[in-house]
Amino acid sequence: MDFSLLVIQTLNGLQLGLLLFLVASGLTLVFGILDFVNLAHGSLYMLGAFFCATLTYAFGNFLLAVIVSLPIVAILGLVLERVLARPLYMRDHLDHVLGTFGAILVIDTLVHLIWGPEGIQVPLPDWLQGQVPLGGDVIVPTFRLLIIGSGLGAAGLLFWLVNYTRLGMLIRTGASNRTMVSALGINIEMLFALVFALGAALAGLAGMLIAPITEAAIGMGNNIIITAFVVIIVGGIGSMKGAFIAALMIGLIDTLGRSFLDDIFKLAMSTEAAETSAPAVSAMLIYIIMAAVLAVRPQGLFPPKVR
Amino acid sequence: MTRKSLITLVVMALLAILPPVFYWTGNAFYLDLATRLTILAIAAVSLNLILGYGGMISFGHAAYLGLGAYAVGIPAFHWLYDGIGDWATNGLIHIGIAVAVSAIFALITGAICLRTRGVYFIMITMAFAQMVYYLIVSIEHYGGDDGLVIDTRSELPLLNLDNPLHLFGLAYVSLVVAMLLVNMIVNSRFGMVLQAAKGNNERTVTLGFNTYLYRLTAYVISGAMAGYAGALLGNFTTFISPEMMDWRASGELMFMVILGGATTIGGPVLGAAAFILLEEVLVDTLGWLESPLHSLLGTEVELSNFWHLPFGLLLIVIVLYVRGGLMGLLGRGED
Amino acid sequence: MKRIASLALAATMLTAPAHAEAVKIGFVTTLTTGAAVIGKEMENAVNLAMEHLGGMAGDTKLEVIFADDQFAPDVGKQVTDKLVKQDDVDFVTGFIWSHVLLASRKSALDGGKFLISANAGPSQIAGKLCDKNFFSTSWQNDQTPMAMGEVLNQQGVKSLYIMAPNYAAGKNMVAGVERTFKGEVKGKDLTKWGADAQLDFSAELAKAKASGADGLFVFYPGAAGGAFIKQYHQAGLKDVIPLYTVFTVDGLSIPRLQAADFESVLGSRSTGHWDPSLDNAANQKFVADFKAQFGTYPSNYAAQSYDAIMLIASAVKATGGDMSDMDAVRAALMAADYDSVRGDYTYGSNHFPVQDFYLREVVADADGTWTTKVVATVFEDHVDSYASECKLD
Repeated sequence: MDFSLLVIQTLNGLQLGLLLFLVASGLTLVFGILDFVNLAHGSLYMLGAFFCATLTYAFGNFLLAVIVSLPIVAILGLVLERVLARPLYMRDHLDHVLGTFGAILVIDTLVHLIWGPEGIQVPLPDWLQGQVPLGGDVIVPTFRLLIIGSGLGAAGLLFWLVNYTRLGMLIRTGASNRTMVSALGINIEMLFALVFALGAALAGLAGMLIAPITEAAIGMGNNIIITAFVVIIVGGIGSMKGAFIAALMIGLIDTLGRSFLDDIFKLAMSTEAAETSAPAVSAMLIYIIMAAVLAVRPQGLFPPKVR
Repeated sequence: MTRKSLITLVVMALLAILPPVFYWTGNAFYLDLATRLTILAIAAVSLNLILGYGGMISFGHAAYLGLGAYAVGIPAFHWLYDGIGDWATNGLIHIGIAVAVSAIFALITGAICLRTRGVYFIMITMAFAQMVYYLIVSIEHYGGDDGLVIDTRSELPLLNLDNPLHLFGLAYVSLVVAMLLVNMIVNSRFGMVLQAAKGNNERTVTLGFNTYLYRLTAYVISGAMAGYAGALLGNFTTFISPEMMDWRASGELMFMVILGGATTIGGPVLGAAAFILLEEVLVDTLGWLESPLHSLLGTEVELSNFWHLPFGLLLIVIVLYVRGGLMGLLGRGED
Repeated sequence: MKRIASLALAATMLTAPAHAEAVKIGFVTTLTTGAAVIGKEMENAVNLAMEHLGGMAGDTKLEVIFADDQFAPDVGKQVTDKLVKQDDVDFVTGFIWSHVLLASRKSALDGGKFLISANAGPSQIAGKLCDKNFFSTSWQNDQTPMAMGEVLNQQGVKSLYIMAPNYAAGKNMVAGVERTFKGEVKGKDLTKWGADAQLDFSAELAKAKASGADGLFVFYPGAAGGAFIKQYHQAGLKDVIPLYTVFTVDGLSIPRLQAADFESVLGSRSTGHWDPSLDNAANQKFVADFKAQFGTYPSNYAAQSYDAIMLIASAVKATGGDMSDMDAVRAALMAADYDSVRGDYTYGSNHFPVQDFYLREVVADADGTWTTKVVATVFEDHVDSYASECKLD
């Protein structure tokens, strides 16, 4: 096997994993603390991409567009929390799933109404268009390195926030014992809204980062949301560490599976069969892993301690 | 008679009478719509057994519909292209395979899924359904992603399924049987334990019941019923693709149950009817509004492509404000 | 489902002799999801064709009913059923996607309707599943990539890496290029397609590069095409592994690539049966009016949809609007006696067009707008490879 190809594919897997983490971290926060299943989390990812696309054309600057879009998506997250999530907190998970399923339909259609059916390409500044040689045959697009960098940066910031700040302390307490937090006289509604907005901004950021690679498109959030759910289930709901490890694991498995599985399959079956079954099996891999993890550890890999 | 049973009877009576009338008056399409609705209602009724009465929120029920439909499509495919015996078009064999495969799949996956609780259960049932989805996508021979055209319908004694009235009749009778079956199950001792375990599992276990086995049994029965519905669906659409069994399809089945009212016998039927008809009504209504709006605004507007908007809003409103679904709304003041 | 009463002016309708019944055309395409960009383009072209016809075919009024397949074969079949049984259309046409067409085929043909594909051309329907009441105004899927394979041979490309979506048309496109390309195929990736299609091709592009092939052949229709081109250029592969495409750098993706300043697209080559630069009167009028109304050059989807309506209109006109005599209508369709924007063509035994295929290049026009122009003719009067499997009559 070609070593530099392996390095490149590992970087590609890392990039996918970090994007997944950005979406999954918000999901696991909202889930862990608010006990709220938010299928519409992917819609915030899509909205991030669309706002960023429009603003990139308006400002003529991608990075500025990202900076301005972040608070916009956070505010949209607040609106979603106020209108839909808050009335549903006390209901069971089924109502959450159905209510947010409805929200997906509404948001997708609104985006269709506002931006039209076609996706929007997001142009990058020239310095992000190029490639960076990392020694040997390993040459990586600059922008993908930026995704990896900002993904790691956002993850670091999040760990600092959760582990070393007062807000983080409340979040951790809230994840394990909700009544305790309210007993401490904390404005729990405020905390919930903040967490929701933070999750929205993280998902939005992921959408903004992927848009220049693919494009801002209707329904893009629905593709990633299920994978993000797999991530937080495998990692253990409410666990930031679990989400991080599971996201990287799934990103790497998916990418490496797509790259090398057909070659492996060719050893055992006809080329024709290998070429068609490999993509499907690599897509299936993450579900097999999830089922295997849950069969052995029904609470995921890193369940929060008190639940 | 309670109000809810009365509503159920009225719905079932309308479902029996209206579609043939439409057919005879030259609106064949509405009979098709009713057949689809009836078949999906069977799947919804089966889902209600575990979701409503058993508290097991399965997010992968569409997989059984797919398995059932492929149980019709694959033998028919070999009959047509490989010239295997005529048994391969026998409907009883199709249904037998559909029910058996679904039951076995439910037994294996259920045994694993039922170790988990709450949202983990929701997600692991979805994971298994996605695995079936990708498995079928990978089998090039049966069309993979493109789906499989079912060239010949099941042969059944006395019935000719190519006749839309016969197919509808079979679906309708099957639905009635499914409803009676679920009614019988939930009112039996078995069903009582199932519902007790949903309410308070620990207490039921303390009383000496192995709730895991009760749940698993219900899970298998529900899967087998949905597989049967799948065999009907394959005969109805004469086409099956993996897309019909992905997580969105499972979500729609869940929606039908909740929309109509879980833990009622007639609720899932009402939900399936509302779900299917709402789409038709919204698309048509928006379509009709287009030309007056066109003359009013002077520009062309394409409303009917946006039917998801009122549909989604309606779903949100129902989840937020209508407890117990349509059945709860119509049959208010009971329980 | 949307009804358009024809855009005929009230005046023409009043002066036209009263005729028994309008001929109805059901048009199945994708109007929601991201793929709606193609559906919208086809809808625009159909409306333009109706406008050019004044809503009439001879003395018969035409009516078009659009239906949305939501990019899913089962939905496509459902809406076809509705068009056939409820709206009782006379022709079912449209169909972007091969798998949607395959799923819907039986509903239209068993319902005794004419089925006219304005885009999809799956091998099955050209061969074993051909039908006397099916016609195409596009091509059989394999043909365009076959032309590309021929171009690759001419340019001395020795080895190739292939990428396409994993669905009916994707497999046909791959089969097509493999049929004519004489060099070595170094590797092949079929990626997930459908509602949750794979759009990040980083892993596949890295493999393509590592394979050391002389060229990269891809087929990514619609939005995926733009995404692919961008990533190809971001990965800096332009000088490493040259790109050869079919239905990827097209009338739909070029304006958006220009908006995003992807100058490196200029000069890239693809094959096709039609081009906006083709010099015939019907095409000049079509391209000019399309640009005037919708602001962009039409794509091949638009051209084929426009032709589908024109073909139907020619048959309706030839039979005087009498749809009861299906043999007469079929004979009129078979004659293809209308001004196609691709120029004249004939129908083969399987009712797919026998037509020329061109090599085209992306260029900037006089106003600086990017478009394509014909560079060379690759095939003349090309017959698809499945026609011999079709046993009609």
